[in-house]
Amino acid sequence: MKVFSIAMNTFREAIRNRVLYLLLIFALIMIGSSRILSMLTVGDESKIIKDLGLFSISLFGVLLAVFIGVGLVSQEIERRTIYNILSKPIYRHQFLFGKYLGLLLTILITIGIMAAEFLPLVYLKTGSWEFSLIWGVVLIFFEVVIITAFAILFSVFTTPILSSVFTLSIFVVGHLSRNFLILRDRVTSPIAKWLFTILYYLLPNLENLNIKTQLVHHLPIPPEFIPFAIAYSVTYAAMVLFIATLIFQRRSFV
Amino acid sequence: MSAKKDFTIPPPPVVELREVSKSYHTGFLMRKKRVLKSINLSVYPGEILGFLGPNGAGKTTTMKIINNLTFPDRGQVLIFGQPSTEVSIKAKIGFLPEAPYFYNYLTGWELLEFYAQLFGIPRKKRRERIKYLLSLVKLEQAADLQMRKYSRGMLQRIGMAQALINDPELLILDEPMSSLDPVGRREFRDLILKLKEEGKTIFFSTHILPDVELICDRVAIIVDGEIIREGKIAKLIKEKIDYYEITLSGIEEKELPSSCEKVSVEEDKILVRTRGERGLNRTIDLIKEKKGKIIAITPAKKSLEDILFAELGGKKK
Repeated sequence: MKVFSIAMNTFREAIRNRVLYLLLIFALIMIGSSRILSMLTVGDESKIIKDLGLFSISLFGVLLAVFIGVGLVSQEIERRTIYNILSKPIYRHQFLFGKYLGLLLTILITIGIMAAEFLPLVYLKTGSWEFSLIWGVVLIFFEVVIITAFAILFSVFTTPILSSVFTLSIFVVGHLSRNFLILRDRVTSPIAKWLFTILYYLLPNLENLNIKTQLVHHLPIPPEFIPFAIAYSVTYAAMVLFIATLIFQRRSFV
Repeated sequence: MSAKKDFTIPPPPVVELREVSKSYHTGFLMRKKRVLKSINLSVYPGEILGFLGPNGAGKTTTMKIINNLTFPDRGQVLIFGQPSTEVSIKAKIGFLPEAPYFYNYLTGWELLEFYAQLFGIPRKKRRERIKYLLSLVKLEQAADLQMRKYSRGMLQRIGMAQALINDPELLILDEPMSSLDPVGRREFRDLILKLKEEGKTIFFSTHILPDVELICDRVAIIVDGEIIREGKIAKLIKEKIDYYEITLSGIEEKELPSSCEKVSVEEDKILVRTRGERGLNRTIDLIKEKKGKIIAITPAKKSLEDILFAELGGKKK
């Protein structure tokens, strides 16, 4: 109940944030413009619409997680509203988890709105509803589940600007993390090999949640892929939030 | 009446700080600054304890430690006999931070609703309580106004309402009157006294001394992270009668006894000052001897302000 109250308050805070609307409008324009862009390209126009649409949903989902997420905890500390919350019978992990869920709810609704523009756009082009694209959107959400957890983690101990940089870096590195395995195989130093292995396992592998190429090109997706991806996202996010809680428990507010 | 009371064992304190120390690291060189130096402090049930001290003395840090917003380096903090880290005890505490700030996007009603939810107060009771509190702090008209439109004084009032949302047994108020106008201050003072009548224990910090003298049962004075004085106000002030002023007539200036010093002369009246009871008695005897007439004797009590200034001066030396 208390987590729910904090989540709903966070949701209320987020939906009254102008950044949300700016990003959403920009995303909707970008998804819409895919129709025009597709006309300018040679080849299968529907592929451009799908590709650009999924890319836009993913990008703006992550940007929302970063720009709203990094401020959620740090603003409470900076504006000292946290004094009023933590002096109530609330565990610090309840506060953090409530903030996290509130932001996820906001992003879920925003992604839903973007999908509500994207799917009809594909329908208008192809003449059929491609419901498999919904799985693409679902996995984008679960990618944001991980990114939001990082945004909260960083905002617990650093400034909003640094948190944004760190979280965006995680997003970029997370999509390139397979390269650590390639690097491991190419380097000769055992220390470097060990380092790349550690980095590969420590950082999130966001490609585990990426089925955009398969969806756009109608490639087969193994049946276990989606459940695995969701389980991976939830487990990874839970671990990140656990670390955030450990840091937050010890945090003094001066 | 107090003679009998003095021998009774005091009830267990509601708040107890034992040897609490706290330091911060500040500046580029991370210099260690000791904010609290092994302080001991007790707040007893049903009393109003004023926590006095200049800015930067450690008042807010103490309150944050009690509320578990920051942690002491050493020492123990007990609230209702339990460690302050115990989250469940917060159900019995109301806290108003210094210059409180709330969510800009919430209305007064929504804010109280949110805090009430954090206490798990059921919906029906929540409504009644919010209505009651808004009228108590005179904000019924601002219930649907967003916080961003609240003035500093209104924020202070809504802050008081949120501190009372759970009908707490213990109220911790950090500088509750600092941003109020004189009328608001008076209303707040009356409210605090009313809450005391309801049996609540109130611990509040301030640097506005007249407030303390008017409403507190006891005071604790903190300077530079050390509690330099703690006790009943009446006793603190009584201890500090350090001179008497005597208005007399009927004797010449040069005939004044040596046990007193002249302050002023007005027509045939002379105002003199003498220190201590012995000095007073000697002066009276000598005036009588010289056939002088005593018009008035006024004990000059030190105000809390004088005490605080004296202590501050002592500290600086």
